[in-house]
Amino acid sequence: MTARFSPAAGAASALRWFSRARRKYRTEWWIMIAGILVIALIVAMTVFPHVFTKYNPNDQDAGGQMTAPSRAHIMGTDNLSRDVWARVVYGAQTILGVAIAAALLSALIGIPLGLLSGFAGGLVDRILSLVMDSVYSFPGLILAIAFAAMLGPGVINITLAVAVVYIPTYFRLVRGQTLSIKEEVYVEAARAIGARRGTILGRYVFPNVIATVVVVLSLNIADAIMTEAALSYIGLGLPAGIPDWGMDLSMGKKFLPSGTWWMITFPGLMIMLLALGFTMLGEGLAEILNPRLLEK
Amino acid sequence: MTQAGKTILDVRNLSIAYPITIGVVRAVEGVSFTLGDGEALGLVGESGCGKSTLGLSILKLQRPPGRVTAGQILYRGTDILRMSDKALLSMRGQNISMIFQNPLTSLNPLFTIERHFLETMHFHDPGLPREKARAAVEKMLETLGIEKKRLKEYPHQLSGGMRQRIMIGLALIMNPDIIIADEPTTSLDVIVEAGFTDLLLGLRSLYKLSIILITHNLGLVAEIADRIAVMYAGRIVEIARAQEIFSRPMHPYTRGLIACVPNILADQKELVTMPGSPPDLVDPPAGCPFAPRCPKVMPICREKTPALFEHAPGHSAACWLYGKEG
Amino acid sequence: MRHLASYILTRILLAIPMVFIMLTIVFVVLRVMPGDPVNAMLGAHAPQRVIDQKKEELGLNKPIMVQYVEYLGKLVRLDLGDSMIFKQKVSQPIIEKLPATIELTLFGLLVSLGIGIPLGAAAARRRRSGGDFGIRLYANVVYCIPVFWMGLLLQLFFGVWLGWFPVSGRTSPRMEASVFSKTGFYIVDTLRIGNLAAFGDVMWHLVLPSITLGVVLSGIFVRLTRANMLDVLKSDYILAARARGIPERRVVYNHGLRNALIPIVTMLGLQFSLLLAGAILTESTFSWPGMGRLLLERIYLRDYPTIQGVIVVYTLVVSAMSLLVDLLYAAIDPRVKY
Repeated sequence: MTARFSPAAGAASALRWFSRARRKYRTEWWIMIAGILVIALIVAMTVFPHVFTKYNPNDQDAGGQMTAPSRAHIMGTDNLSRDVWARVVYGAQTILGVAIAAALLSALIGIPLGLLSGFAGGLVDRILSLVMDSVYSFPGLILAIAFAAMLGPGVINITLAVAVVYIPTYFRLVRGQTLSIKEEVYVEAARAIGARRGTILGRYVFPNVIATVVVVLSLNIADAIMTEAALSYIGLGLPAGIPDWGMDLSMGKKFLPSGTWWMITFPGLMIMLLALGFTMLGEGLAEILNPRLLEK
Repeated sequence: MTQAGKTILDVRNLSIAYPITIGVVRAVEGVSFTLGDGEALGLVGESGCGKSTLGLSILKLQRPPGRVTAGQILYRGTDILRMSDKALLSMRGQNISMIFQNPLTSLNPLFTIERHFLETMHFHDPGLPREKARAAVEKMLETLGIEKKRLKEYPHQLSGGMRQRIMIGLALIMNPDIIIADEPTTSLDVIVEAGFTDLLLGLRSLYKLSIILITHNLGLVAEIADRIAVMYAGRIVEIARAQEIFSRPMHPYTRGLIACVPNILADQKELVTMPGSPPDLVDPPAGCPFAPRCPKVMPICREKTPALFEHAPGHSAACWLYGKEG
Repeated sequence: MRHLASYILTRILLAIPMVFIMLTIVFVVLRVMPGDPVNAMLGAHAPQRVIDQKKEELGLNKPIMVQYVEYLGKLVRLDLGDSMIFKQKVSQPIIEKLPATIELTLFGLLVSLGIGIPLGAAAARRRRSGGDFGIRLYANVVYCIPVFWMGLLLQLFFGVWLGWFPVSGRTSPRMEASVFSKTGFYIVDTLRIGNLAAFGDVMWHLVLPSITLGVVLSGIFVRLTRANMLDVLKSDYILAARARGIPERRVVYNHGLRNALIPIVTMLGLQFSLLLAGAILTESTFSWPGMGRLLLERIYLRDYPTIQGVIVVYTLVVSAMSLLVDLLYAAIDPRVKY
């Protein structure tokens, strides 16, 4: 008995599900929407920076040196006379790009490993679990710092450093789900022919796991954003030419005693907003897709 | 409608409702009964009939969002529902106590047995010196047949039967007038249940207790109760002396309940059941709630709800079979 | 007692794989990654002979496996090796700076718990109300605040603008000498010799960094406490306690919160890791002389043995904390048997 999905039927049922979800989970729905809006705004900054600002983030002659916010420069200028708002707008590209790439990379490595470990069981599972658990309980940022330090500067390197931290997260998630589903599937598989297992896996296991993964991915990106910002704040990973919020913060730190609050406030605020956006998306989605999914 | 002695608890026209997303669940509807001093009243009915909700509401403990929508609960003349918080706290555990179904989860896993007792005593009688309190607790344990050394132990270290007895002890430590027992033996095995029954009856005469026994177990209620009230769909459908209920049940539901209990002596070929299921409490149909399942249903049953009426001395039923109410 | 000893031993044994794995990962990456430390030290134009000599000196020309085994051998003897940049044992600066980090992290934890638990309990009591929503919002927002940004803002506001608190270091320069540090834990040291002025100075310096670290991570505890409280408040023993006439406040806190906190204790180990990570950023922002700053310093200097040593020590600290947490859990929950 094979069911064929037609795209139209799939879309229709998805739409029905969405409107039902919106009615039932009012607050969570709006939280999710808020998150999406924030993300969309910042993505817009990434894709159409010229719409948001006319200044060049690296232009060291935009205005006066360290001038407070004014009509000409709504977020002021920094110590190299660069427009802060411009740096904020252009900085979005780096942080967003690295965070999303790192999260996807983590998932790409962690998920298959988790599936393997969960299904294979036995010694393979135990060894992999041990390694992953050790890395997981270790402070992630320290690991990222160590990797970033060793890999050296560069966008790709920093992405790799951040990605390493989250591999265990996906591993554990998928392994857990696989283990619990394995219990149910085995009974069926015992009765059926070997090939059937794959279908059951594809049609029942996967959709459930996908929902969880999407939520975790969203929250993970939020975390990756914070990690990337931390790495560039410390000074690891990005060459000077690329505008980056974390780096701007560390520069702002140097001039803090002179009270140039705008150099600190705005880049930091952006990091928070972007992370919040993904968090709200993830949290809202989690409640809607499966209440109590993320009790912990 | 009481046997003898004063009325100690008088429930008048009590209604309790739970607002939920799709409507309002009428868990208890217009319930009235009295409890005499020293009397044991059994409250029986199937799951969901509202008996637990009713029991909890006597101490105003019904789970939110449950609310009392009408009626009074008079304890020695004072309406519990209008008591101040302070008076209510004082009354709970001291004048009216309650014991519950699951003794393990009803005890705080982090507290020693002794601490459970001392805490209760401290809040009801702050002036009581520690030594006297301890002595009282030890005496209670003796009455319950539990060794003194158990006081320093934790709930998970005791057996199920012991824990149930501790529950009773906690309920009786302040010498209340009334004890409400909500499904007290449901989680116990038959032998422990028998021990419980003996204990309760013994304590009843020792402490001169009135008891409200909430259960679906007819056997238990037959042993303990003086009077029995039968509940269905949030209403009392019959109330009478225990012997009367079993020998001359009036309401068809009561009859059905009794018939359902297998008789080991009779030559039964099949188990008796009642067809159908309880009505929707959010949108109850008009008329008698039992009408859809009643083997003796009449046209009037589907139109008008019968009131609880004393059709024989000391025996009331809410059923049109016995004529219209006066 | 015998049970306890064997339990601790088992846990220590279990911690070893973790240390092993972390250190292997770091070791491998260090050796395998591009970027020759010797090159960095001597410069790209140094003659090959000098380079080779240096490598031999540092033992870097041996095969990786040999280097690895040698390192492990030294580790078992608690020797973390020598710094490649300075003439000192790796362990020396670590021993000096570890207490500073621990002190900061512990105070950060206290602040986290002090904010998180009461708020979480309050949110549980006011379920689905405005207050509940506000507290949950706080928890989510606060976690998204970069630790270093928080630190900078606090420095700006309370340090630069209001001038109420210091923005760097563990003590004021003039007080430094009077601490007479023996343990490295200034709080302990100043109290030991009864120097209340110095004690006050140390506490004063701890305020902003602890709040920075603590506030950002309080969100987690808010959520944990709230979730556990909601669960616990549905329990039968809560209803039974109410039925005995115990006042509501006491029921919620003595019966409810105490039970709700137990799962939180088990999670303390993991949260401590997050705190350690945050501490690095806090140390950087507040010029706090701890392990985090040491790590960053030596990374900049490419002092690989020290970097490795620091990572190993971090791993040990995390394991130790994890063990402590387990013991604490066994101590407070009478149902646990070891």
